Amino acid sequence: MLRFLLTRLGLAALVALTVSLISFSLLFLAGDPAVALAGEAATEEDIQAIRAQYGFDRPLPVQYVAWLTGALTGDFGNSYYFNTPVIDLITERLPTTMRLGLAGICFALLLAVPLGVIAAIRPNSLIDRFALFISVVGQAMPTFWFSLILIVIFAVALGWVPVSGSDTWRHFILPTVVLGYFATPGIMRLTRAGMLEVLRADYIRTARAKGLHPLKILFKHALRNAAIPVVGLAAVQLGFMLGGSIVVETIFALNGAGLLAFESINRNDFPVVQALILIFSLIYVMLTLLADLLNAWLDPRIRVA
Amino acid sequence: MNSLLSVRNLRVEIPVGAGLLKPVRGISLDLNKGETLCIVGESGCGKSLTSLALMGLLPKVARCSGDRLSFGGQDLLGLTERQMARLRGRAISMVFQEPMTSLNPAYTIGDQLIEGMIRHDGVSRAKARDRAIFLLEKVGITAAASRLSQFPHQLSGGLRQRVMIAMSLMCGPDLIIADEPTTALDVTIQAKILRMMKDLQAELGMAMVFITHDLGVVARIADRIAVMYAGIFVETGTARQIFDTPTHPYTKGLLSCLPVPGKTKLGARLGAVPGVVPALIGGVQGCGFASRCPLRQAACDIEPELSERGDGHSCRCVHDTPTLRKAEWATA
Amino acid sequence: MVSSSRSEINHTSTPGQQLRRRALRHWGLMIGSALLGLIVLIALFAPFIAPHDPYAQDLTLRYLRVAFMGGTWEHPLGTDHLGRDYLSRLLYGARISLTIGLVAALISGTIGTILGVTAGYFGGRVDTVVMFIITVRLSMPVVLVALAVVALFGGSLTVVVLVLGFLLWDQFAVVMRTSTQQIRSQDYVTSARALGCSTTRIIMTEIMPNVFNNMIVVITLEMAHAIILEAALSFLGLGVQPPLPSWGLMIAEGKDMLFFEPFLITIPGLALFILIFAINMLGDGVRDVTAPENRN
Repeated sequence: MLRFLLTRLGLAALVALTVSLISFSLLFLAGDPAVALAGEAATEEDIQAIRAQYGFDRPLPVQYVAWLTGALTGDFGNSYYFNTPVIDLITERLPTTMRLGLAGICFALLLAVPLGVIAAIRPNSLIDRFALFISVVGQAMPTFWFSLILIVIFAVALGWVPVSGSDTWRHFILPTVVLGYFATPGIMRLTRAGMLEVLRADYIRTARAKGLHPLKILFKHALRNAAIPVVGLAAVQLGFMLGGSIVVETIFALNGAGLLAFESINRNDFPVVQALILIFSLIYVMLTLLADLLNAWLDPRIRVA
Repeated sequence: MNSLLSVRNLRVEIPVGAGLLKPVRGISLDLNKGETLCIVGESGCGKSLTSLALMGLLPKVARCSGDRLSFGGQDLLGLTERQMARLRGRAISMVFQEPMTSLNPAYTIGDQLIEGMIRHDGVSRAKARDRAIFLLEKVGITAAASRLSQFPHQLSGGLRQRVMIAMSLMCGPDLIIADEPTTALDVTIQAKILRMMKDLQAELGMAMVFITHDLGVVARIADRIAVMYAGIFVETGTARQIFDTPTHPYTKGLLSCLPVPGKTKLGARLGAVPGVVPALIGGVQGCGFASRCPLRQAACDIEPELSERGDGHSCRCVHDTPTLRKAEWATA
Repeated sequence: MVSSSRSEINHTSTPGQQLRRRALRHWGLMIGSALLGLIVLIALFAPFIAPHDPYAQDLTLRYLRVAFMGGTWEHPLGTDHLGRDYLSRLLYGARISLTIGLVAALISGTIGTILGVTAGYFGGRVDTVVMFIITVRLSMPVVLVALAVVALFGGSLTVVVLVLGFLLWDQFAVVMRTSTQQIRSQDYVTSARALGCSTTRIIMTEIMPNVFNNMIVVITLEMAHAIILEAALSFLGLGVQPPLPSWGLMIAEGKDMLFFEPFLITIPGLALFILIFAINMLGDGVRDVTAPENRN
């Protein structure tokens, strides 16, 4: 188990290193950042000055190592736009995104797992068809369009929730629904397929032969085994959600890391963008690691090897 | 009528598309306390569905009906699922064919052993644990107490089946239904488990319905035998009657497949019953075995009744004194 | 399960006939391909169907309503903020979405298939390396990276297609890897190897034809994914640039009038929804029909 953990941590470090290299070189592939930074009216001297100020005149590998050693200690340099440490900007905004992501995944699980379970117990029933409908619609609905529709209906027409902002919990309702709904189809399909498979398993027949209560058979014997792959998927989905929150946060003007990313891209604020790409990657890798640990805890065949 | 289990004309039907599949077409049996009945037949004859019907564990699509299905004087056909669940695992329990997959991989065997007893008898965990350890030792598992915290994947197939047997005994049932419990196991382990089951049965005094396709197994444990073919019993009788004076051509065919120690020569070819079980969609016309029977005649187009051939030995065949000998099977 | 096994008993037909029969009976597949076929036709013949030039502005006719909601039949779906005919823009928009979907899926399919088949066929170290590349790719936030790249290289159809093509190959790689692993251990591959066939030959003649079904399914998945992402990027202003009639861009332009003219976002949104729905139905259908044992 310890070995497994160390291997995975090593892998995480390696992934982070590669991502950092990619996001770093991305900036220089696009051309001279100093030119972009200086703006259109800048003279050659201005550009030279900027080059010297930001250290762009050093060789690329030197710049990368300098940036990386900084990043290891949480120092991602200063934002070009605010001229404040990037890490401060991010730590200020990340909790909002985390809150949104967690709320979204909870919403998705609360909707998808019960629906998937009921759909599996009663295949072809009305609820099964409803679940299928939800998942087909969810897969075909572009997030940003769904957001706008919800705003039109619930914020404008009905006035139940605020249109945008991030001041109160009510501001989080629509973004949570949008982000959560996006993850619902996958989780529901997996839950349903898993339950269908598990309910056919011999050990469920054994449990019935023991005369156990049907609910106990369903929750203790069936769901526990069907849940194992769902946990992994939910963790991955949460990772995608955090990375994908950029669209939702932009639409709802939710002041999180996603909105920061969008604003920074539009402001050519590369240090912030680079740092965000790296941090989102790290979070994703950590989430998959967490999923593996949860799986090991749920599945004794992995845990007790 | 004080038999423990009494079944009359039990039928199982499964609607498939346009037709109706009839895997069990009216079987009747009586089983006394402490007695072992073996139901023998080849794959697809309906023996497993019979056992599931007795337990009330048929798949949802299947329909079960019958003139009588009573256990200890109680009518099982009229019971609700909830009442039936109260009976399952307590008074009737079952051992399945697949020890590798019949235990839940997510829980320790201790947990799976005791949960039925805790539900049915309302005993404490500690008490159920004691019973589990006692039974694990009974089924020949060493270091029983430490096994309780192990997971199924840590046990071999033979051990798992022993656990399954111990599990079926937890509440001290009156009847055990064993559906091919040794088929998936190695031959040496098979023999051990059979002996153990026989001993346990003698010690605990429960009745057993033992389902198998293996006449070698039957010979070891059966008090009485029912030979099943195409959804019905074609011959029933005591073990002695069936083995010594088989009357139905199918029984004879099955017996000719068995090597007899001292009689079958080394290298001699064993027999096999030619042909396959008829499809059971829409029922069977006439004697189900006719298409494979070397003694087929016009009268076989009408399904024969089960008729008494003396002292509880009955057979479902138009032939009064079937003249077929083992030797003829080899050429048939 | 029961009914399918019965049909196999009753009919003696070639696998091809069985496949066709299953396909024709699968309503999702039929609806999906019909809708997609219709959209493809619209895209191909947009210049002939469209009532107006999608780029022609007429500032005197801004924000015309849909015909049956008080507009005129001259502009059946009304006009946008520059007085451009909405129906014509919608029809031309199908071209952009389909191009994005097809080309991106082609690029990502090539990358992913090469990676996946290589990993699955050779295993060992090669597999470890490819798995690592896949993990790196999965860990990168797609939308963020795509937005950043488009911002750096400038928004054009070509840049968007390339970015999406180079980002969305992960599913191809994962699925192709698994399928190749399964097929590789089959007897016919072993015997081809025993016969001394070259690796390239085995991959091309034994592996590729047998992973083809799975590839079709992933292609539909990734087409849908690319189309949605393009729309999202364009919506955020960092994708296809005006005046191109990208559906995502149309929604972005209509967003300002969200409260007054909701049809401006409803119509292109519906078009996107129907296109994605059709592609998904087609993919699900192909999966069901080619692998009936996996249906649930």
